[in-house]
Amino acid sequence: MRKLMRVVSVATGIVAAAVVSFSAPAMAAGGGGDIKQHEWTFDGPFGHFDKASLQRGFQVYREVCSSCHGIEYISFRNFADLGYSEAEIKAIAAEYEVTDGPNDEGEMFQRAAIPADRVPSPFPNENAARSANGGAYPPDLSLIVKARPDGANYLYSLLTGYADAPSDMKVPDGMYYNKAYSGNLIAMPQPLYGDDITLANGGDTSPEALAEDLVTFLAWTSEPEMETRKRTGIAVMLFLFVMCFVSYGSMRYIWADVKKAKA
Amino acid sequence: MASPEFKNPVVKWIDHRLPVFSFMHHELHEYPTPKNLSYLWNLGSLAGLALVTMIVTGIILAMHYTPHVDHAFASVERIMRDVNHGWLIRYIHMNGASFFFIVVYIHIFRGLYYGSYKAPREILWMLGVVILLLMMATAFMGYVLPWGQMSFWGATVITNLFSAIPLVGDGIVTWLWGGFSVDNPTLSRFFALHYLMPFLIVGVVILHIIALHRFGSNNPLGIDVSGKQDTIPFHPYYTSKDLFGAMVFLTIFASAIFFYPNYLGHPDNYIPANPLQTPAHIVPEWYFLPFYAILRAIPDKLGGVLFMFGAIAVLFVLPWLDRSPVRSGRFRPLFKVFFWLLLADCVLLGYLGGKPAEGIYVTLSRLATAYYFIHFLVILPLLSVVEKTRPLPQSISMPISGGGMGAAVAAKRGKADA
Repeated sequence: MRKLMRVVSVATGIVAAAVVSFSAPAMAAGGGGDIKQHEWTFDGPFGHFDKASLQRGFQVYREVCSSCHGIEYISFRNFADLGYSEAEIKAIAAEYEVTDGPNDEGEMFQRAAIPADRVPSPFPNENAARSANGGAYPPDLSLIVKARPDGANYLYSLLTGYADAPSDMKVPDGMYYNKAYSGNLIAMPQPLYGDDITLANGGDTSPEALAEDLVTFLAWTSEPEMETRKRTGIAVMLFLFVMCFVSYGSMRYIWADVKKAKA
Repeated sequence: MASPEFKNPVVKWIDHRLPVFSFMHHELHEYPTPKNLSYLWNLGSLAGLALVTMIVTGIILAMHYTPHVDHAFASVERIMRDVNHGWLIRYIHMNGASFFFIVVYIHIFRGLYYGSYKAPREILWMLGVVILLLMMATAFMGYVLPWGQMSFWGATVITNLFSAIPLVGDGIVTWLWGGFSVDNPTLSRFFALHYLMPFLIVGVVILHIIALHRFGSNNPLGIDVSGKQDTIPFHPYYTSKDLFGAMVFLTIFASAIFFYPNYLGHPDNYIPANPLQTPAHIVPEWYFLPFYAILRAIPDKLGGVLFMFGAIAVLFVLPWLDRSPVRSGRFRPLFKVFFWLLLADCVLLGYLGGKPAEGIYVTLSRLATAYYFIHFLVILPLLSVVEKTRPLPQSISMPISGGGMGAAVAAKRGKADA
């Protein structure tokens, strides 16, 4: 067992060294990176998504973000994860229009979306998005939490990180000062003020609470499998723990004569 | 090599015509194995387990993946979201690469410490180095397939290395790319080769095992088995020990897959590849970082490439660099110290490979690179001459030294090793 511990400690050492060399990527010169550490319901091995928060987050996305940002990998049917019923999902989908076709005459046509459709993105392509946003490209948000280091905390800090620029800093037209954004100058205007949205399920509408709900929703769009994954993981770990003991016991039993001969 | 008597008449009938059962009995059952192997000897079977896991999950992923620049990223997301248990298959494959390297790196350092590369196991060792090279090529091409930002820029940086070759370099790079930049032809050929190479690895692994079974495993004492009293049959002793090792390995592996699946990856690879936007820092996967550090430590491009490949090449000739007749580091007081220094040096190189190439990191990279080569090219050959090794035990079953060391001390050692 002593040797096993040694093996495990060497392995852990190597993994740890690998991990250390990754963490804390250097921020670009010029400031930024003021990241607040927030507690999330989806943190840790037992993490889960709060359904009410997901629904509020979706509403914030729909009323604020969706004018510029898509969630192209999400289909309406996925909203079952948010706690919506089939009928509610059909109703939500029907509020969107998607392009379908070609029909029998060879024409593309618009129709109301159904649960099987993807959520339509606001712009047909990147060029259209840049043209409408002064050259800046609002990225798709389906994977945003996974696509940024410490994604959930980063986005929370970004959304709540708008402030007045220090007096010695010149903020060009069409740019905004943000404490979290690398380089402090971001092309996205402050999206959440808090007073311009009324949440359907009556949640807190302070900018911090809205940001929390939105980030929860985006954590879900990035990892819709997370709850299943962690739940499965707990069961798998329990199984493997038992198997470790069983296989250790059978090994000791088989090796008993060799150990005895040696002693 | 007497054939065992099989009781089952069907088995007997087949074995007479096609002796697969005799073969399995000989190589997996009665195969005599030193009885003093430590848990570090579990890593070979774990590497096999990792390889099989990668091939099985990889084949399933290939059924759902589309190797085209316009569809690759989306097809991976479809696997993650819409394919039944696709997230599980993909996270096993993604983390499996890391764990395969963890296992293989421990396996290699085990070999380095206990002198497993020494006569008569030189070819066994060299085949292992071939497997490492094939693994690196496979892992590199696999990382390109999701077509994220790091996929694209990693592929660009690494394939560009070949342009350092004088005269034909640029031609080779164009040939590798199938065009004038990393693009669709590059992706489709990387996919084809990524599917092919694991089977080449399987082939070399078979040779590795044939070479292993010629003289059997080395052992922590590094001395040859002197007779039947030193060995035990592989089954059930080492099959049971390997099973336990596999369960411990799977427990650690599963905790990464289910709870921290993206910990060892880079967030930028969840951004679709964009040839017009270079990431702030292009870093390879962690298992390449020591080599990446060596590459960047040399101020000259061709020199960097040569030293990087040299870091592997030096392993090929290791059996002829370390001429000490004593295999195990246990009986080599000086070697032992330098072994740990080398391990620390490799970890340091890995750390430096993940840092930007500026300031103190460059200086440290150069020192660490120099030390890596000095270890193999200067220290090991020198140690073979100057080191005064400790007396070796007479045999595995009687770990009592031929002289010098007192019997009481020897017995105590034997007990501590049990």
